[in-house]
Amino acid sequence: MRDAAGFDAQRRVFLGTVAGGAVTAGVGLPLSSIAEETTHTRTPPTAVPATDVKFRVNGTDHHLRVDARTTLLDALREELRLTGVKKGCDRGQCGACTVIVDGRRINSCLTLAVMHEGANITTVEGLAALGKPSPMQAAFLEHDAFQCGYCTPGQLCSATALLDEIHRNEASAATPDVSHGRVELSDAEIRERMSGNICRCGAYPNIVAAIRTAGNQG
Amino acid sequence: MLPLVYSRPADIRAALTAASAADAYFIGGGTNLLDLMKAGVEKAKTLVDVNHLGLDRIESTADGGVRIGAGVRNTDAANHTLIRTNYPLLSQAFLAGASAQLRNMATVGGNLMQRTRCDYFVDTAFEHCNKRKPGSGCAALEGFNKLHAILGASDRCVAVNPSDMSVALVALDAVVNVQGPEGERHIPIVEFHRLPGDHPEIDTTLKRGELITSVDLPKTTATRNANYLKVRERSSYAFALVSVAVALNVPDHRIDSARIALGGVAHKPWLAEKASAALTGKSKNDIDYAAVAALAVADAKPLSQNGYKIPLAKNAVERALRAAVEAA
Repeated sequence: MRDAAGFDAQRRVFLGTVAGGAVTAGVGLPLSSIAEETTHTRTPPTAVPATDVKFRVNGTDHHLRVDARTTLLDALREELRLTGVKKGCDRGQCGACTVIVDGRRINSCLTLAVMHEGANITTVEGLAALGKPSPMQAAFLEHDAFQCGYCTPGQLCSATALLDEIHRNEASAATPDVSHGRVELSDAEIRERMSGNICRCGAYPNIVAAIRTAGNQG
Repeated sequence: MLPLVYSRPADIRAALTAASAADAYFIGGGTNLLDLMKAGVEKAKTLVDVNHLGLDRIESTADGGVRIGAGVRNTDAANHTLIRTNYPLLSQAFLAGASAQLRNMATVGGNLMQRTRCDYFVDTAFEHCNKRKPGSGCAALEGFNKLHAILGASDRCVAVNPSDMSVALVALDAVVNVQGPEGERHIPIVEFHRLPGDHPEIDTTLKRGELITSVDLPKTTATRNANYLKVRERSSYAFALVSVAVALNVPDHRIDSARIALGGVAHKPWLAEKASAALTGKSKNDIDYAAVAALAVADAKPLSQNGYKIPLAKNAVERALRAAVEAA
């Protein structure tokens, strides 16, 4: 356990580093310094067994040594400072933590970092290429597909992977016949496929429009 | 969560050995287990990652059926050509469950092992839950029970099994293959999950240390004449109030055999035996849908808030059955 003074010190470092960011307690690890280098070998403060894991995030290889309880979400936010990945419910219900792992969108809050050895991970920070918004990001801007923006990184990762799923002809509960035919990018398909991403501002109509636009460009 | 030892065995034997540690759990997708660990409901001290055991394949079996590896993701099972073509009922059931993100993580074995979402079970602030704390009582009996069981419950527990997949597996007469310290077993799906009785803390007939390796689907002719209907409070990403899986073998115009299974109504995916049997030998044009549906809920016993489930289940059976019969 951390003592109160230690926690306060870390909290100050954290608040100083990410002004205005949501403060979320990790799982007992101190918050790392800014991740200029790609190897993180600090020893956890408690007698918890540390576990090594290597994965690639947004094109950069990382080697982390973490408490095995660390979720992928906490590793991305607290260790790698990728705070675009948002912690909403932390229980797999809101989708704010959605990232793309090996081509698939997942809830990073319900999986452990150590389970992703060798994985290729894309967060919202990795969607834009060379500073240019991705087609999906551009479509979200064009359609005003957000208000407060907290759910948007998850929405964007989810929507980006959704289009790949359509291209792979994967079915959904909105697909009229799972046995035959191509899956069409209808509004009903978009709504069903985006049901794992909640937006408290209720920007859903514009999110659907943005995805439709981005999908029709591909 | 408690401090954890994490292991990533490369074969089944090593996984079984690792699982002999105290408070060891197998972890597949982790979508239910990690959630319950965060809640303090599950108290794992060792996690044995079963994602690297070669259990991620779907293949045809010699008898014309299909074997689905326990590590196959729900998304992959739902979209595999063999499943979409020959068992669309199962694809439908997979796709009716959870969200795209969760289906990309959740495994077939984990889906079989997922635990009830009864509020009194998943929230440790509640004192009385025989499933979480044996002998502590059941708060749902007199509490918030509108989502609870109408069939097969006991005075110890009225929770329901949350799986969509398992309901389809019952209609398809699947077999769960497991491997444990004492060897392999092949468990018919209807015997895999159990009713609460005096021991609601035990969900399944798995023995300690046993690992689910695959699920076998027997050869079926109930490909088109099948249907999965899920009724819920919103149109997506919600657990079933009631769900129905119907699989009919209709070689000609006569029903050779039928299996109707219900979800959201019991501690296990519920095989409606009398309703299923009543269809045997019937001509497609000579089915009394209301009578068959009534048989499916004939033994139902409502709690204080879930009486609506009886007519809901009856109507859902009637509708799903009609769709399965009339499918071309």
